[in-house]
Amino acid sequence: MAKVRIPTPLRKLTNNEELVEVNAASVGEVFKELQSRFPGIQERLLDESGAVRRFVNVYVNEEDIRFLQNQETPIQPTDEISIIPAIAGG
Amino acid sequence: MEKQVGFMKALKCRECAREYPLAATHVCEFDFGPLEVVYDYARIGASLSREKIMARPPTMWRYRELLPIAHEPTVGFQVGYTPLVKANRLAKKLGLRELWIKNDTVNYPTLSFKDRVVSVALSRARELGFTTVACASTGNLANSVAANAASAGLKSYVFIPADLEQGKVINSLVYGANVIGIRGHYDEVNRLCAEIAGKFGWAFVNVNMRPYYAEGSKSMGFEIMEQLGWQIPQHTVVCMASGSLLTKIHKSYQEFSKLGLVNEASYKVHGAQATGCSPISTAQKAGLDFFKPVKPNTIAKSLAIGTPADGFYALKVMKETGASSDDVTDDEIREGIRLLAECEGIFAETAGGVTVGVAKKLVASGKIPVNDSVVLCITGHGLKTLDAVVGHVGRPREIRPSLREFEALLDAEAKSAITV
Repeated sequence: MAKVRIPTPLRKLTNNEELVEVNAASVGEVFKELQSRFPGIQERLLDESGAVRRFVNVYVNEEDIRFLQNQETPIQPTDEISIIPAIAGG
Repeated sequence: MEKQVGFMKALKCRECAREYPLAATHVCEFDFGPLEVVYDYARIGASLSREKIMARPPTMWRYRELLPIAHEPTVGFQVGYTPLVKANRLAKKLGLRELWIKNDTVNYPTLSFKDRVVSVALSRARELGFTTVACASTGNLANSVAANAASAGLKSYVFIPADLEQGKVINSLVYGANVIGIRGHYDEVNRLCAEIAGKFGWAFVNVNMRPYYAEGSKSMGFEIMEQLGWQIPQHTVVCMASGSLLTKIHKSYQEFSKLGLVNEASYKVHGAQATGCSPISTAQKAGLDFFKPVKPNTIAKSLAIGTPADGFYALKVMKETGASSDDVTDDEIREGIRLLAECEGIFAETAGGVTVGVAKKLVASGKIPVNDSVVLCITGHGLKTLDAVVGHVGRPREIRPSLREFEALLDAEAKSAITV
């Protein structure tokens, strides 16, 4: 099963679980599965139109999904998905 | 959580306005929006005046009420108040009447504007009880965290892309910091650091300390206004990596206006990027209010952030102030570095070449009218990015220690000057 790394601000919703295993074929399905197991998590990640929120970055095996196929990006059972807030710096 | 909070009131989400306590935390739990410090402007207004500021030592801390620490600073007392240089020769070259260089190439102690943000972040980190500090960096921030942590007796970890300029790597190692080179570009370093920050109890200056850290950049704008005789320049040109500096210069102008320290005036804060990493300027030119992430490829490594965290807000500021933005190629960046050096005797790093190059374009296209006042924010020293200009600034002409050879050299040059 694919693994999802849960960022600190969302762990209250996952009973402090850092790593969650999901059975999903795409990034969009990952969000749906997370929502069914941890109600409320989807609205933190997606806006009203269903798009990934402006300050949420999602990575599949370290690649930003905006360089892949966004929520249509296919997921393999060995994949690792990270959800990370945008951060500043330089 | 300490009770005394200085002139701060809370942290607040820029997206949904939910408030949070003044802890080491940087994103809203509900929408991941960035948290920003809320100040008690009524109390600040009662405490701060031009006279009071002018009576204080010439450092960034003369604006202490508007910087997010609860007590007196404990890190970086000497930072800031860098020269604002009237750049008459460069002005003439660009065709401008009034041009100023805010010269942070000589900021103390690590020769970039990052000492401003780091002294705030580390002072605040100490107030919150941290003993280890860290950052993800394109180089300048790493240098500053390493140096300021060393002088404050804090342990530091700095994470940088492994392919950075040698000058920037050595400038972190020498202070005894733990320097970790990541085989990837900055956005990957940042992603890793977000994960590390969630796991270790460190003060990551640009992650969990970001609301405090970012405010330090305002001091550059405060100084510009004071040094101009308590005025806001009509145009400010700022380089953009994450876009944070541009938004904070804007905020500094707004705060001084609000507090009556300067007269309200209209101004534009223009953004400069390198063509090889221009997500923000590309969006601005297309009239979009969101950007598309890119994979950076530019000699301006300090600006090589393909997923700029404050890109959205930088676009908003440029839109609100009616400002423009543009980007320049690697060759134009080198030309900008030389132009500034040859006209003003200031050697800037690649990011400074970006700012000069873009200013030149904005003047040429009429987006900066020639009779307006203009300030260029030059953010870091050229000795840090020698790799980018090696082979592009000529070579010394070698002769034996003989007067005859030197005269022959001058003769040959005089002749070639005539034939040219």
